[in-house]
Amino acid sequence: MDQLFLVSIIVAKIIVIVVALLVSVAYLTYFERKVIGYMQSRIGPNRVGPGGLFQPFADVLKLILKEIIMPTASNKFLFIIAPMISIATALAGWAVIPFDKINVLANINAGVLYSLSLSSLGVYGIMIAGWASNSKYAMFGALRAAAQSISYEIAMGFALVGVMMAASSLNFQTIIHAQSGGIWHWYWLPLFPLFLVYWISGVAETNRAPFDVAEGETEIVAGFHVEYSGTAFALFFLAEYANMILISTLIAVLFLGGWLSPFEGIPVLEGLFAWVPGVVWLLMKTAFFIFVYLWIRATFPRYRYDQIMRLGWKILIPVTLVWIVVEAFAIQLNIGPWFAR
Amino acid sequence: MTILQLIFYAFSVVAVFSAMMVVGSSNPVRGALFLVLTFFAMAGIWMILHAEFLALILVLVYVGAVMTLFLFVVMMLSVSRVSLQEGFVRYLPIYALIVLTITGLIIMVLGPKQFGLLQMPIPALKPADYSNIASLGMVLYTQYVYPFEVSAVLLLTAIVAAISLTHRAGKRHKSQKISAQISVRAKDRLTLVNMPSEKPSSPSSDTPG
Repeated sequence: MDQLFLVSIIVAKIIVIVVALLVSVAYLTYFERKVIGYMQSRIGPNRVGPGGLFQPFADVLKLILKEIIMPTASNKFLFIIAPMISIATALAGWAVIPFDKINVLANINAGVLYSLSLSSLGVYGIMIAGWASNSKYAMFGALRAAAQSISYEIAMGFALVGVMMAASSLNFQTIIHAQSGGIWHWYWLPLFPLFLVYWISGVAETNRAPFDVAEGETEIVAGFHVEYSGTAFALFFLAEYANMILISTLIAVLFLGGWLSPFEGIPVLEGLFAWVPGVVWLLMKTAFFIFVYLWIRATFPRYRYDQIMRLGWKILIPVTLVWIVVEAFAIQLNIGPWFAR
Repeated sequence: MTILQLIFYAFSVVAVFSAMMVVGSSNPVRGALFLVLTFFAMAGIWMILHAEFLALILVLVYVGAVMTLFLFVVMMLSVSRVSLQEGFVRYLPIYALIVLTITGLIIMVLGPKQFGLLQMPIPALKPADYSNIASLGMVLYTQYVYPFEVSAVLLLTAIVAAISLTHRAGKRHKSQKISAQISVRAKDRLTLVNMPSEKPSSPSSDTPG
């Protein structure tokens, strides 16, 4: 009975996280269309509901009602399971994210590794989809996605190594606690190159513009999901946006102090904002990075494929390697408020 | 049966089944995907053994990187089903011999005589603040530091060898000259010509009337 109670509490937490995430994804699509619309001097969706606020639900309804077309020459089982893998890995990554001092679904020791390995699993959804569709465009999308995600995972992993070294832990809560003490104690400052590398590789990992060659409309139609329609397509769409939010949250947790208040250590403001729950700060930091995702998409043209590879292997990885050595010296010499033991 | 045992058996069944399917499936891509599933199930079993670092590294390195590359290669091969199955009967005795030998050896070395409950009692449960990663790092960088460094150098050699074998700059090798591409300025590609505008002296004949 005790175990049953425990399990039901965990399930309830999972449901809360997933529902909140799905609503955020729905409104992220609305937000994206509005933001990019205004950046391009348009209005964006404004027909369904006041100011177009019900547009996401209309889209969901449309996608659910559409027929799922199965290509005759496709591999049926893999064709169906691919979007499921995508969405499952995108949702499972949320298990270790700390929302507050106490609110975290699973406060595990190797949290950073867990989130990194799940984000590397996400590529299987894309690869299987591309192969099972039995279409040239989908295949090209899958191959591009595979090469890209392997390249940027290395840079991402090295950036994480820097954070682990600074906090000397792989646990998200410990990493956040190690950053306490105000804005200048957060890791974005001492690990600034790693912060930028993680950010760029995060955008590449989620296959978003300007790294969206896996979809590349102008070159390979829609890439890996060219054969998908209806809810099967909706799952890929959902997974991509859930991953965007996840990466933004991870940047906020690893480099911007997660749920820590930015006014920590400032005499008057700290007391004034002490009542604000930590999750609000986390959401605000996350929202900033999500906005930058959209901003980048509206600003930059798509990278050429060989330039993506060059950026990943010849620029980002050397930068992380150099900065890890610099950081190791800083830790040995106990520099600053960050590496003092 | 406790829940832990149930989880263990579920993962084991998946691991054994998918390991057999790796060699049994007729399609190489499916075989590679089954190998992914095997790694995943093994990671689950390691997780039960409180080896969370090893389990996650297995998923990260083997599933996330190595198998992705494998799939990458296998997807681009076009192996027909017939060519895979031909010669099965002819080589069956050799297959059977090899399989039986290996199975016998494994049973001899990994049987209950060596790994039974008498030889390997159930390890005591570690305290909650026990960190698998810290103790692994301790062992790796103190007791086994030289083998560890030697294997790192070995891997580095392999990387250098792989790159020098595949990357041959020669006459037939075409590549992008990035520095030349970046240093291009607008005036290299585009010339603006200043011309005085022409003023027709009489009403032009080509205007539609």
